[in-house]
Amino acid sequence: MNIGIHSYLIVSSLMFAIGFLGVILRKNTLVLFMSLELMLNAVNLALVAFSRFNNTMDGNLFVFFIITVAAAEVAVGLAIIVALYRKRQTVMVDELKALEN
Amino acid sequence: MADLLFYFFSFVALVSALVMVLNPNAVGGAMAMIVSFVTTAALFVLLEAYFLAIIQVLVYAGAVMVLFLFIIMLLDVDKVETAYRFDRIGTLAAVCGFVLLASMLVVGLGSTHLPVPPTELVASNPDIISQATGIPFTTSSKSFGYSLFTKYMLPFQLVGFLLLAAMLGVIVISKRASQAD
Repeated sequence: MNIGIHSYLIVSSLMFAIGFLGVILRKNTLVLFMSLELMLNAVNLALVAFSRFNNTMDGNLFVFFIITVAAAEVAVGLAIIVALYRKRQTVMVDELKALEN
Repeated sequence: MADLLFYFFSFVALVSALVMVLNPNAVGGAMAMIVSFVTTAALFVLLEAYFLAIIQVLVYAGAVMVLFLFIIMLLDVDKVETAYRFDRIGTLAAVCGFVLLASMLVVGLGSTHLPVPPTELVASNPDIISQATGIPFTTSSKSFGYSLFTKYMLPFQLVGFLLLAAMLGVIVISKRASQAD
């Protein structure tokens, strides 16, 4: 294996930037939420790479906990989006202006 | 061979992530997201984190994305996004994001080429993970179980409690929304 840790870090940071692009660019709350998951996934990749090249198990366990918390977060977040849709009949962020000014 | 697989899987992961972000159709985006998660699991396999690769496929590509697809289907938003969101704050956030990306790339490119440490074989040395501190990297899921019940006992229980709280929270949110109708 000639691929070093920097290759994994570059892939991870590019994936994080793509997720961030989705968060600032999209209007659909569901796609926005998926972009957030993509950012979490990128961080997971960096943690596993650090864990492998540092020869400790701790990074892997962190990723295990992150995946668990992300699963809980998705369940709660999607329930909130469904409740929002029932109240407002939309999931587009540019139509949710209750907090504007 | 491993290099080729790394390039292939990281390319597919990044391209499908970009497809997810730019696809105006939410279902197509969710499908691309599944591809991205599975290829990330393949990258975990290349990093010899086999247990996490399985968890990634089961939890992320399985449970989480099925939940997403289910909610997309349930809400049935027929309105397709016509334009992207461009405003002052968004532009500022984009600039900050590119500064962040540039700094991360500088760190990634500037890091020294670390040698890959050899993985320990649990089968040939069963006592390797019996120390409480500094659990070495192994490919077996035994080290996961050992760490979860020794060094990470409190976080493990807290995460279990968090899952319970999330479950109750989802039930409460759904009930209140239905009573308000």
